This record gives sequence, C-alpha cells and structure tokens, in this order.
Amino acid sequence: MTTSVRAPLAQPGAAKAGLTVRARARRGRRRSLTLTILTGIVLVYSLIPLVWLVVNSTKTQAGLFDSFGLWFDGDFALFGNIADTLTYDDGIFLRWLGNTLLYVVLGAGGATFLAVLGGYGLAKFDFPGKRAVFAVVIGAVAVPGTALAVPTFLMFSRLGLTNTPWSVVIPSLVTPFGLYLMWTFAAEAIPDELIEAARVDGAGEFGTFFRICLPLLAPGIVTVLLFSMVATWNNYFLPLIMLKNPDWYPLTVGLNSWNEQAGTAGGEPVFNLIITGSLLTILPLLAAFLLLQRYWRSGLAAGSVKQ
Amino acid sequence: MAVARVATGRGVARRRSLVGWGFVGPFLAVFALVFLAPIGYAIYLSLFRNRLIGGNSFVGLDNYTQALQDSQFWSALGRVALFLAVQVPIMLFLALLVALAIDSGRLYGKSFFRVTIFLPYAVPAVVATLMWGFMYGTRFGLIGNINDALGVTLPDPLSPDLVLASIGNIVTWEFAGYNMLIFYSALRVVPVSLYEAAEIDGAGQFRIIRAIKLPAIRGALVIATIFSVIGSFQLFNEPSILQDIAPNAITTYFTPNLYAYSLSFSGQQYNYSAAVAIVMAVVTMVIAYVVQLRGMRREGQTGIRVERRRGRPRPPALLGRSRR
Repeated sequence: MTTSVRAPLAQPGAAKAGLTVRARARRGRRRSLTLTILTGIVLVYSLIPLVWLVVNSTKTQAGLFDSFGLWFDGDFALFGNIADTLTYDDGIFLRWLGNTLLYVVLGAGGATFLAVLGGYGLAKFDFPGKRAVFAVVIGAVAVPGTALAVPTFLMFSRLGLTNTPWSVVIPSLVTPFGLYLMWTFAAEAIPDELIEAARVDGAGEFGTFFRICLPLLAPGIVTVLLFSMVATWNNYFLPLIMLKNPDWYPLTVGLNSWNEQAGTAGGEPVFNLIITGSLLTILPLLAAFLLLQRYWRSGLAAGSVKQ
Repeated sequence: MAVARVATGRGVARRRSLVGWGFVGPFLAVFALVFLAPIGYAIYLSLFRNRLIGGNSFVGLDNYTQALQDSQFWSALGRVALFLAVQVPIMLFLALLVALAIDSGRLYGKSFFRVTIFLPYAVPAVVATLMWGFMYGTRFGLIGNINDALGVTLPDPLSPDLVLASIGNIVTWEFAGYNMLIFYSALRVVPVSLYEAAEIDGAGQFRIIRAIKLPAIRGALVIATIFSVIGSFQLFNEPSILQDIAPNAITTYFTPNLYAYSLSFSGQQYNYSAAVAIVMAVVTMVIAYVVQLRGMRREGQTGIRVERRRGRPRPPALLGRSRR
C-alpha cells in the first residue's frame, strides 16, 4: 500500500504505464474450462443433498420408498405434503416455527445489539480492565459451548428457568465471535476524528454512537445479525436439553422428534412430513443469505483484514 | 495531553475513562451469566459426588481420576481425535482449493460458485444430518437405489465401521463452504501490486500461490483450524441425530460430548458428567492454543506479510470493494 502510493508521486509516467499494463492483464485473463469443471464437482457435491430434499418433498410416503431418490415420482404431492406438515398434530409445526422466530428475534437480535455496543466500546475507548476483557472473551471462544450446556442446564433448573423460552434466549444473547467481528469492524469503519468532532459539538457519548456511528457500522451489523440468526435458527443442543414440553420446541428439535417417533415401536412414520418440514425450515435462511449477500460479504471481508 | 495525542498519532477519541464500560458492560454482564458462572458451577460440581448412602459429599479430584481411567471416555476421545486428524485436513484442503480457484479469476460464473458452495452453512445440522442420513439409508436412500439399479451391494454407510466416515462427510459438507469463504475473504485483501510485481519477475501461478497467497492467508488458516479443532471435539449433533437412524452403530459414548450428555440425562451422574466436560474443555483449549502458537511462529518466518492497515480508517464502502 505504501509503495503504490509513493510511486506515482515520484514517477507519474511510470505509474500510468503500470496502470495500462494492469488493465490489459485484467482484460486478457483467460478463463479456464478445466478449472471451472473441477470446481464444478465441489458445486455438485454442495447441491446434491438440497436437490434431493426438493425432489423428495414432492413425493408421498409410498413414493419415497418406490422411486429413484434423485428424480420425481409419478404424482406431484408437494402441496399436499406442505398442507399435511402444517396441520399434522394440530398444527404443531406452525407452533414450532413461531417459537423459532421468537428465539431468533430475541436471541439473535439481542446478541447483535450487545455485540455492536461492546465491539464499539472496545474499539473506540480506553478503560481500566480492557486487557482483561480481551483475554477473558478470547479465552471463552475456545471453551466448547456444549461443555457449558450441562452446568447451564443445572443452574437454570435451580432458577426455575428450564422449560421456558428464557432458557433458550438468554444463552443465545452472547456471541464472542460477533463481538470480535464488530470490534475489528468498528476500528476500521469509524474515524476517531468523527467522534472527536461530535464531542466538540457537545454530543453525548451514547448520542454520538446511536446517531453518527451506527449507520457507519451497518455492513458489520448485518453480518453479525445474519450469523447469529443462523446460530439461533439452527440451534439444537441447547433447546434439546432445556425444553421438555414440545409446545416450546424450535423447528430443529421438533423435526428430530418426528424422526424419533418414526424409529420407536408403534410410532407413526411421517418421513414425507420430516422431509417437507426440513425444506420449509431451511428456505427462510437460504433466502436471507441470498438476498443480503452484498452486506455480509463486505462485513466478512472487513473482519478478515486484521487476522 | 494534546501534545501527547499528536505524538502518538492515534486514539484521539480514546480518552481513558469509564465511558467504555457503559458500552461493554451489558455484553459482559450476560457473558458472566452464561459463560463464567456455568464454568465455575461445573468446576464446583465436579468436586462432589452423590452417593446412595451419605448423600452429596466432597470427593476432591476423584471424579477426574475416574475419568482418566474410564475406557469409555478414552474410546470417545480417541474417536474424535481420529476424526480431527482425518476430516479437518480434508475439509480445509478442499476449502482452500475452491478459494484459490475462485480467487484466480479463471472460473466462469465465480460468484455463483462462491455463493452456492457456501449455502450448506445455512442448513441446520439437524436437517443436514436427516438429509444425509436418509440418503445413506438402504430403504429409500441413494445407496439403496444404486444397489437396486446395479444389482450390487455397496457397503452400508451407517454400519459401525463406516459411520464415523459418514459423519465426516456430513460435517465436511456443512462447513467446507464456510471455510472457503474465510480463505477467500483473506485472499482478497492481498494488494494487487504484489501479484503484478511477481508476474513481472516471471513467477508462474503456482509460485504465486506458494510465495504470496498461502503466506498471506496464514492467519485465516490458523483461525479456521482452531474453529475446526473446537468443532471436532464438540461433535454431538450429527451422531446424536444419526442414532435414531442407525441405533446399532452409535453408542452412548460415541463422542465425549455424547458421553457427557448420556451421563447427565440418562444416568443422572451430574457430577461425573461435569468432570468429563471440564477435561474436554481443557484438552480443547490446550490443542487450540498449540495450533495458535505454531501458526504464529510460522507467520514470523515467512518473507512476505500482508501489510497491516491498523489506524488507517477507511469508509465502509471501500471495505467491501472487490479487488478486481
């Protein structure tokens, strides 16, 4: 970076020539069919299970057993399957969907808010104990989350929180990775001079943060929000141990309970519902990732600058 | 004070004050409740034992010595160590190859590749495991289809011998794209001028990869390795869900986490389970730390390093700008 800034000052002509060379090289870069096909193998590997899921969500239970897995069966039962999934067992699937949305809004929303606030504080202020905060949070990233689950369950059960939505929401509120990402992002995206200028104008610290800095942090916020949404939406272990009452299950635990039901003696096998339910579970997240690519790609790129 | 600020050239806004706590405090309060308190409680629990006669009593480190002599615990630990040694290198190598291929600019439709290969990350472990589990199945799975169509008998991926490899495939499918994206993001930060200089010096693509690209993303490699190590030792979701599809292949002590879970929720042995969880946390942290140390040391030895841009804030619009 330093050299590329200095060179044009010394020899403007050479720099201009360099630019044309670069432009030509960029235009003349050959695309390779071989490399595209080789990478295409990985692409196919990534897509096959998703294709399988879509294809098989169009089959009746009998069709699942009779037909080839990667092609459609005679009758197209997708809409029937969706209707069955949504109404089975008095519409429990919709209840699970509502629970998942509740956990995502409160858990991922709260986690993002705390991470943005904390990351900004770490990036832009010096305060006593800052080094200790850094050490403890980074150390905590290495502690396996599942190792914490059992003691958290016992603690929450003493507090009477198990089997309530709080037992799933509260542990989701903390994302050390999100804090780290917001920290690096805030350090890059907000010039110190801007904060100083706001201070000179007499703005309070929190007013400065909410009115001036928050908009600048938008790509980072979307990234952290998206990744904590995925973590909460996909959370399985925590709700599995915290919740006994199926009425509070999120989609993940609910789907698995349908699968368990198929495995137990006398349980009704509902494989077509599991498959259709799985498809309905992943669609919102896939859509969110595809629609918000512009934001999370730039947020991730910024987070990786300082590794 | 003003002079000092100018002299250091940074931190104009960084007045040393307690205001920072106002921002970091809320995070830390919840962090203490859901991270620090459970760790403390687990350590406390692990020092006690609940006996039929005599109730709950302090036993010192007995639970730990029991864990270290527990053959089920060792077999679980050995299984995830094997998983770590085989699955993590395969996954990271695959992710690296794809990241280099996309970064090379020689692919047709590179953003389609990037987004599609990343997509499995957004699929919950439960759905990923159910999908693959059904596909592995001989009843209405692809393996069954192939057996019928070709009249052969392929080895059952859900048999006790193969189930660990089958889980490795599921985890690779879930996370290869995520790691690819981390590597790709790190590659984009490399200044174009480095490539130009190398090309003028007559370096070929493979030389550029070895001398510029790999050293440049070493930090990302270390981070991805640490996350994968942690993930391997925590392995729970996939084997636990596959248990219903392949009950004979997966024991209650298949992985250390599954073992701790079974001890707690089937066996009510909370104290011993806490000790197992803490031993695993220590093992994980030690290995993650070793990976980090090795990664750092090697970073110091390489010739070329990506310049740090610390203290040179740019508007966010530039942060995401594509290099090419």
